[in-house]
Amino acid sequence: MDSSVLFSMRLSLQVASVATFFVVIVGIAAAYILARKNFCGKEVLDIVFTLPLVLPPTVTGYYLIILFGRKGMVGRFIYEWTGWSIMFTWYAAVLASFVVALPLMVKTAQAAIESVDKNLINASYTLGHSEFETALKVILPLAKRGIMAGAVLSFARALGEFGATLMLAGDLPGKTDTMPIAIYSLAGSGEWSKANWMVVLLTLMSGIFLYFANRYSKRIM
Amino acid sequence: MGLSVKLKKKLNGFSLDVEWRIGNELAVLFGYSGAGKSMTLQMIAGLMTADEGSIHVDSSTIFDSLSGVNVPAQRRHLGYVFQDLALFPHMTVSENIDYGANGTAKRERPGKIEQMVKLFHLQGLEHKYPSEISGGQKQRVAFARALIRKPPLLLLDEPFSALDNPLRLEMRELLRDIRTTFDIPVVLVTHDIIEAYSMADTLIIYVNGRVAQTAPPSEVFNNPANKDVQALVDARRYGVQIAKS
Repeated sequence: MDSSVLFSMRLSLQVASVATFFVVIVGIAAAYILARKNFCGKEVLDIVFTLPLVLPPTVTGYYLIILFGRKGMVGRFIYEWTGWSIMFTWYAAVLASFVVALPLMVKTAQAAIESVDKNLINASYTLGHSEFETALKVILPLAKRGIMAGAVLSFARALGEFGATLMLAGDLPGKTDTMPIAIYSLAGSGEWSKANWMVVLLTLMSGIFLYFANRYSKRIM
Repeated sequence: MGLSVKLKKKLNGFSLDVEWRIGNELAVLFGYSGAGKSMTLQMIAGLMTADEGSIHVDSSTIFDSLSGVNVPAQRRHLGYVFQDLALFPHMTVSENIDYGANGTAKRERPGKIEQMVKLFHLQGLEHKYPSEISGGQKQRVAFARALIRKPPLLLLDEPFSALDNPLRLEMRELLRDIRTTFDIPVVLVTHDIIEAYSMADTLIIYVNGRVAQTAPPSEVFNNPANKDVQALVDARRYGVQIAKS
């Protein structure tokens, strides 16, 4: 197999894994707050978390450039302090995948947390357990199927992320060309045999991963 | 030893305004569905907050709207058995009971769990999940879990309502045993007149969010305080013979 294909495959897996790791941590916390807390501005927060699901990825990418670009609202300070910018690095691909995949995790986990029987939560409180202990020992274990499903969907979404990644990380061969970006680039330059390889590989990887995820979620029931 | 309750709450057009006091006895909150019985129990447990009033268990105040005391449910240390028992489906019998032993030193826990397993005849079921045991066994697990910390008060929200008659009788016996063993006040919510009459030391009759009468069962049945109570406890409606006191 061509070394550039191998590189893209490894980079895609690396980006999707790191992005999913952060998606799971942030997503569970956000889902818990949206499902269990009532506060002013909750609906706005809900919309902010859901927007990347409906916005074109290029728009999400545009927002990320405004925020994290070298002259962006946050990126400017990072660049001034460190001389480093996230733009056109594999970290940018992780950030783009994280933002685009997060809504899938939040929405799925939120539904799972909301479906946990309120009496079980109240029972935990009457047995002397704090809200944190109850979340850890009752709510999250009972919502684990939804959380797993959210993590799987997020990983699959991160693996296939294209638009926002292209805006933020660009198409730098051997640096930021994840499989979807490499396929786009190869198709553009007419390198069909390499593109075919990558398309088959990406489809196989996604299929195999979903197969094992399905088996696992059945086993944990 | 006892419990005194004075509560006011308005919720979705329903108004609760009750005041009663019990000693170390089994008190039954009896009334039609929607009279405010379960709401009262939830307020005692700290799962709902009253607009006004106070709750005292023994000599300690767990709620007082005037002085701003409102001990959270987690720190009231009361035993509570839910109508649907609320056993944790992802924990075994032993883990469910252990979950109730919060605050107990780790080394003491296995001994305490074993003690409760024996007391509630759950030997051999320790590693089974709630879905793998019978209705009566689930009831016993719920009692064991609620009582492992030896709470000063046991609250029961219609825990026998889903059981068939033979099992219900068995559970009433179990409840009498619990009273003897643990020697703590018990508040039982029910709308089953047989259960109310046969179990209560004191009957607290709820009608539309108010206490209509508080008295021993025989007095309530023989001398109902008003027409509402009379209609509620009219034994002929249930085909039951109530002994004259």
